[in-house]
Amino acid sequence: MSGVLPPVIVGAGPAGIRAAERLVAAGLRPVVVDEAARWGGQIYRQPPEGGFTRPKTALYGFEAGKADAVHRAMAAIRDRVDYRPRTLVWNCEAGALDLLCDGGSETLPFSHLILATGATDRVLPFPGWTLPGVFTLGGSQVALKFQGCAVGRRVAFLGTGPLLYLVAYQYLKAGVEVAGVFDTTSFAAQARATPGMLRDPVTLAKGLLFVGWLRTHGVPIHNGVRPVRAEGAERVDALVLRDARGRERRTPCDAVAFGLGLRSETQLADLAGCRFRFDEADRAWLPERDGAGRSSVPGVYLAGDGSGIAGADAAELAGERAALALLEDRRLLVDGARVRELDGRLTRIAAFRRVLNAAFPFPEDWADSLADDTMICRCEGVTAGALREVARSGQAREMNRAKALTRAGMGRCQGRMCSATTAELLSRTLGTGPDGVGRLRAQPPIKPLPIATIIPSPQGGEGTDDGREVA
Amino acid sequence: MRERIECDVAIVGGGIVGGSAALFLRQAGLSVTLLERDWCGAKASGVNFGGVRRQGRPLEQLPLSQRAHAIWGRLPELLGTDAEYIRSGHLKLARSEPDLASLIDYRERSQGFGLGLEIVTGEEFRRRWPALGDRAIGGSLCPEDGHANPRLVSPAFARAAAGLGAVVREQTPVDRVEKEGDRFVLLSGDDLEVRARFLLNTAGAWSWRVAEAFGEPVPLESLHPNMAVTEPLPRFLDVNIGVEGGGVYGRQVPRGNMVVGGGRGFALDADRARPQRDAVLTLMRDAAELFPQLRHAHVIRCWTGVEGYTPDRNPIVGPSRTTPGLFHAFGFSGAGFQIGPGVGQTLAELVATGETAMPLEPFRIDRFQPTA
Ligand SMILES: Cc1cc2nc3c(=O)[nH]c(=O)nc-3n(C[C@H](O)[C@H](O)[C@H](O)COP(=O)(O)OP(=O)(O)OC[C@H]3O[C@@H](n4cnc5c(N)ncnc54)[C@H](O)[C@@H]3O)c2cc1C
Ligand SMILES: Cc1cc2nc3c(=O)[nH]c(=O)nc-3n(C[C@H](O)[C@H](O)[C@H](O)COP(=O)(O)OP(=O)(O)OC[C@H]3O[C@@H](n4cnc5c(N)ncnc54)[C@H](O)[C@@H]3O)c2cc1C
Repeated sequence: MSGVLPPVIVGAGPAGIRAAERLVAAGLRPVVVDEAARWGGQIYRQPPEGGFTRPKTALYGFEAGKADAVHRAMAAIRDRVDYRPRTLVWNCEAGALDLLCDGGSETLPFSHLILATGATDRVLPFPGWTLPGVFTLGGSQVALKFQGCAVGRRVAFLGTGPLLYLVAYQYLKAGVEVAGVFDTTSFAAQARATPGMLRDPVTLAKGLLFVGWLRTHGVPIHNGVRPVRAEGAERVDALVLRDARGRERRTPCDAVAFGLGLRSETQLADLAGCRFRFDEADRAWLPERDGAGRSSVPGVYLAGDGSGIAGADAAELAGERAALALLEDRRLLVDGARVRELDGRLTRIAAFRRVLNAAFPFPEDWADSLADDTMICRCEGVTAGALREVARSGQAREMNRAKALTRAGMGRCQGRMCSATTAELLSRTLGTGPDGVGRLRAQPPIKPLPIATIIPSPQGGEGTDDGREVA
Repeated sequence: MRERIECDVAIVGGGIVGGSAALFLRQAGLSVTLLERDWCGAKASGVNFGGVRRQGRPLEQLPLSQRAHAIWGRLPELLGTDAEYIRSGHLKLARSEPDLASLIDYRERSQGFGLGLEIVTGEEFRRRWPALGDRAIGGSLCPEDGHANPRLVSPAFARAAAGLGAVVREQTPVDRVEKEGDRFVLLSGDDLEVRARFLLNTAGAWSWRVAEAFGEPVPLESLHPNMAVTEPLPRFLDVNIGVEGGGVYGRQVPRGNMVVGGGRGFALDADRARPQRDAVLTLMRDAAELFPQLRHAHVIRCWTGVEGYTPDRNPIVGPSRTTPGLFHAFGFSGAGFQIGPGVGQTLAELVATGETAMPLEPFRIDRFQPTA
């Protein structure tokens, strides 16, 4: 039976597209499923069709060439791929995916599956983060890229990571006033990491260019800050921080863009049964994968940011590498030289990744900045104080227990947004380190499932249970 | 070095049954050690639908169920929390004349147990529950039944027991049990040995292992009721809803989320289960048919749990037939949440006094044909 089914790829970002391209080259016709309306993924997200005419150089800056190459790669194989845009994979069970498309649910069996589900912002709140005008870094970038609008007229940037400077730069270029760039990383840590950055001079040069450009345009850049609060009545009107010397500093602004890196979308891998391990670099539980992208489940492959944050270039390489692993496992001929080349480049990127992580370390004490009344889980209205309380009282020593007792992670997003903070808070309160509190188990549906869509498509399931037995 | 604990009573399993037994045993002044493999209340007791319902139970369960009802009424005093327990009423719907007749028949048969069932039909039914509209021709209301948040109630029993001095060990699986003379010996790994005069087997769907260790094999099957919950919706329902003849059931919590159940999930392994796609889709369809208010809502989460079912759907409750000092309580077949605290109290009574007024004969462990 296995081997007869076409391979399935979830995600049409750089990883998924390069995987599809490689499978097509080997004569297969993969199914590519993506929730988005157009291919490109997060970084090379395309604006909605019609009406938007800005050139790629305006949308993607330095990355325009790469974006264009990835878009073209997909366009070139379009008629040899069973491409399913606007299709959410909401469940994975026993060798089949459940898809939600055009208001109906459909089951797609697979023998070989590549998960290239990408990442979203890692949202770690601070007091005032729920005020209108406070956005995530990625969200602010998406607004610019996708809708062609800025999140404010005078925007403050807070957090850490390369994206912090990149997005601030993109905003400045777009003619928006940048009120300041506030990096939680100390200057010393960045200086220490600089020699390592020389391993990738292009990235280093870009980073220096962003910083230089921001400086020459009079944008204040501060290192080693910690958030105090976002202020404002109806909408944010200032960002208050503690600077490296411990002084409070108030910056007027009408929008804040903040981000502490990205978090992988791992739910599908979890439902597919993949084994997870704690990854120090990403400070997260990730599905295990070998260098080629094989997961712990035969026939399931992992590529791109969905199984560990490594960036768009790595995603392209990893997508192709996973496709090659799939072909090898199907006993099809693969080009060994290409495999070695990909492996070499992926290894070098991984090494550079460690340098970047050292340059932008996660602020381990971030959770301490949260006042007890700071909202952690917006869906369910759970505060930092409520989580600290279940941890301190000894009632919850791990994530799923904390969820059961406080409801953190039980709402619409199912913890996709709040679980990173919950983990930070619990582990900080318990003194265990983030790996010590475990991870939330994924439950279907991955995203809210509209009941209306299910009604018109009766599934042959029996009306099983006898109500007298249960409940 | 192996830690040793001597006590009057050892309990295997910290669900609502084991937790409540521990609490009542401490109230009776006995020393108690409760061993829980996972976290107390993390299994069936913590993930169930939350229906606190007497109506519809087999008559032989009603005395225990009534006993539990009295305990549910005292939650704040016993546990220091109401755990979102609400006596909302449980309304069992009839979608046809024969179903209505069967509800009327149940009311007749359960007279004398104090359920206070009220049959409501026609105009009055539509006036009182306009939201249920045309789906049903009537129903049977048990006004003092209701629902609670299982995630909060079940761990709270074990916690209250610990507050009264019970030794509660979580993340502590019982790997071996045996009897040496008049003492039960429980071993957890190489670290812990518990010795006790009495042993309560309240290990839920895994209780058959303990029973088997004392030569009492039982035909217990693990099944996995499917649950789903929607995003919060405007309030339209304040009673806990069941349907005569089965299929789907639902309740709306004060925040507005609708919790519905029906169908079954599947086992991942002996300890874990997952909702099943066709059951989830069927449940969504059936629920929207019963509650048209759900048509434009989203389901945000589905789940299930592991529960032990017996062939006759009655639990096994009472003394072992092979081993003095051993008492079993498991196999609640999808309905042990409400009755659980009543069973816990009865176990405590059996241990403390050697007898109980509860009729346990229908729940004898040896009522089934021996399994080959
Ligand atoms: C908001 C944001 C902005 C970023 N900006 C930059 C930047 O400027 N520069 C940079 O170098 N990096 C940036 N990154 C990181 C960059 O996005 C990644 O490194 C790169 O896109 C990874 O590629 P990928 O193929 O692994 O995943 P992605 O490009 O994220 O693609 C994953 C795709 O999978 C789909 N998907 C996921 N789950 C499901 C599901 N259940 N059902 C159906 N489809 C699903 C998504 O719709 C998405 O299209 C950004 C990330 C984010 C989140
Ligand atoms: C999804 C679902 C919905 C339900 N809905 C309802 C409802 O609405 N109303 C209702 O009345 N009932 C309902 N039930 C049934 C009810 O939840 C159970 O009957 C009841 O919780 C059983 O309680 P228990 O204490 O016997 O078992 P459990 O809660 O399963 O507790 C047994 C405990 O024993 C532990 N254990 C097992 N083996 C060992 C060992 N070797 N060492 C240490 N510990 C061990 C387990 O970890 C577990 O915590 C439902 C059940 C499920 C699964």
